[in-house]
Amino acid sequence: MTAQPLVRLEKPDAGDAFLSVRDLRVHFPTADGLVKSVDGLSFDVRRGEILGIVGESGSGKSVTSQAILGLHKGSQARITGEIWLDGTELVGASEEDMRSLRGDKMAMIFQDPLSAMHPFYRVGAQISEAYLVHNKTSKAEAKKRAIEMLDRVGIPNPDKRYDDYPHQFSGGMRQRAMIAMALVCDPKLLIADEPTTALDVTVQAQILDLMKDLQKEFNSAIILITHDLGVVAETCDDVVVMYGGQCVETGTVNDLFYEPEMPYAWGLLTSMPRMDRTRLERLQPIPGQPPSLIQVPKGCVFNPRCGYTEHVPGRLCFTDRPDLLPTSGGSAEHAVRCHIDPDERRRLWSGEIQPTL
Amino acid sequence: MIRYVIRRSIGGVLVLIVTSFVTFFIFQVGPKIAHVSPALFYVGKIPPTIEGQKLIEHRFGFDLPLYKQYFNWVHGILFGRDVGDDTSALVHCSAPCLGYSFRQQLPVTHMIMQALPIELSIAAGAALLWLLGGLTIGSISALKRGSLFDRAAMTMALAAVSLPIFFTGPILLLVFKYKLRWLPNTAYASLTSDPAQWFRSMILPWLALAFIYAALYARLTRANMLETMSEDYIRTARAKGLPRRTVVIKHGLRAALTPIVTIFGLDLGQLIGSAVITESVFNLQGLGLISIRAINSQDLPVILGVTIVASFAVVVANIIVDIGYGFVDPRVSYS
Repeated sequence: MTAQPLVRLEKPDAGDAFLSVRDLRVHFPTADGLVKSVDGLSFDVRRGEILGIVGESGSGKSVTSQAILGLHKGSQARITGEIWLDGTELVGASEEDMRSLRGDKMAMIFQDPLSAMHPFYRVGAQISEAYLVHNKTSKAEAKKRAIEMLDRVGIPNPDKRYDDYPHQFSGGMRQRAMIAMALVCDPKLLIADEPTTALDVTVQAQILDLMKDLQKEFNSAIILITHDLGVVAETCDDVVVMYGGQCVETGTVNDLFYEPEMPYAWGLLTSMPRMDRTRLERLQPIPGQPPSLIQVPKGCVFNPRCGYTEHVPGRLCFTDRPDLLPTSGGSAEHAVRCHIDPDERRRLWSGEIQPTL
Repeated sequence: MIRYVIRRSIGGVLVLIVTSFVTFFIFQVGPKIAHVSPALFYVGKIPPTIEGQKLIEHRFGFDLPLYKQYFNWVHGILFGRDVGDDTSALVHCSAPCLGYSFRQQLPVTHMIMQALPIELSIAAGAALLWLLGGLTIGSISALKRGSLFDRAAMTMALAAVSLPIFFTGPILLLVFKYKLRWLPNTAYASLTSDPAQWFRSMILPWLALAFIYAALYARLTRANMLETMSEDYIRTARAKGLPRRTVVIKHGLRAALTPIVTIFGLDLGQLIGSAVITESVFNLQGLGLISIRAINSQDLPVILGVTIVASFAVVVANIIVDIGYGFVDPRVSYS
């Protein structure tokens, strides 16, 4: 059992944020050691806003989203920190309280819609099941609602497709059905965990448009977890860049794409294929591997792969973990976790990195 | 769906034909290879003279070509046939005639029909018990993995699998029949004539059989449940906010059950005609005992008949499993 604060938690001052995550840590004890999947993550999401969380596989994106939904409850995971959803603290909430919130006030779209749907139940039944748990209504009413949602996400002949099994749906349709399932109770917070990764590009665009439309309609807060920067640029308002379980840079989409200051964010941008670049130039991948979450590098988590450590005096990068500090470049929300002097960072970006893009 | 059932049934009938074919020829060709007249296996206890053998061979058609013999035998199963020994008038063996045991002066079909209700009672009751026990214990073990219950149940299961019925059976008898005297009279009575006595005669064999199978099924269920509960769709079910009970039973167990259905059908089919040890421990005149007695006295028609009935049970169980699978897993009947 993790230590619970004895005093009643006060909601942090986060302006009009609908969801506030404060110093979230999710650690899994394993035979090899403590896996620090998320280690001190904080961010806010407002109603009607889309927050993108980007990062490599194993950077803690999905673990974060599942922690918000409370899906780690009952497992070995040790969760500390605070998650405030509309004035309610979730980390210390009971499983029963979380259960009543899940699917109702907050919902999630999962990555692989084939394995995420139960193969033995009809698509429609799986959607109306989600509606029936949270609404005292008849099965017929729930069915009507499910058909309405299938129609809303653009599935043709929804009343007929209601009775299909997931394997009878195409990949794009399954993802639409997943979205319908997540939206059936009008959630105020929607977490989409790589909703388009398993889909081909044309379907990807449709799904993203659909999510944007639905967000406008319901004014929900959306967290979009992805490793696709193109998707982020296309849909998000704010971005959190995660690396090794930490937020290394956060800001608006413009901050990240036009004034990024963290070398890892530069690496993400230079390794992204672009149509407007001549093909002779090679993509510049970030060298090395993502860090082990059991033995997180001392100092800055990114230091083993960072090519700019010589811009920091002494061995600071290898001894001290930098704090996530606001920076003067870009919007007021822009914050960076890096030891390099902010002016030097901006000089490096505009002088060396940006011209190569 | 109906097409699927029909297709599977036709397949089943084909398997039965092949089985009957093979069994028949093994039993007819076997004596030929050993240079023994098949007549020896068909007559009473006193071996006939050489002339007598020839006479008997002629009367039973053993001098006919093999395919004609097979045809006569199948014809007997479908429409009945007349058989007779030298001493009395012809006996009409009505369809389905699986042969006539001259050793016991009884049509094989009659013997099997007497044993079958006992056999089915044993199998059905034991199956119900082991399914209930195995699934419950296995599921709880999986959900409380590593707990005291889990470890105790799995140790018990390992022990149960290793303990043969000729060990557990007599212990059950000793305790409940002779020591506690809860079941002083375990003589078989049919379900229709005396249900209470039927239950009293069956409960111990059920427990003995179910003990072994429940252990197997508990381990199987546990393994399947562990696998299913880590599936993505279980996470989805939780993310929908479903209560734990619904997640476990409706989403988890439902999926974990699918492979168990297959094995259950086969186990049940196989049990018919092979519960010999249980039958002898509890002195129940089931198919197993009949066939053992027939083997000991080299009563060929009976062995042949029981083999056919037992393989029929396996084939039917297979078809039921395949059809049932179509209901359990919606992906099957369409592919």
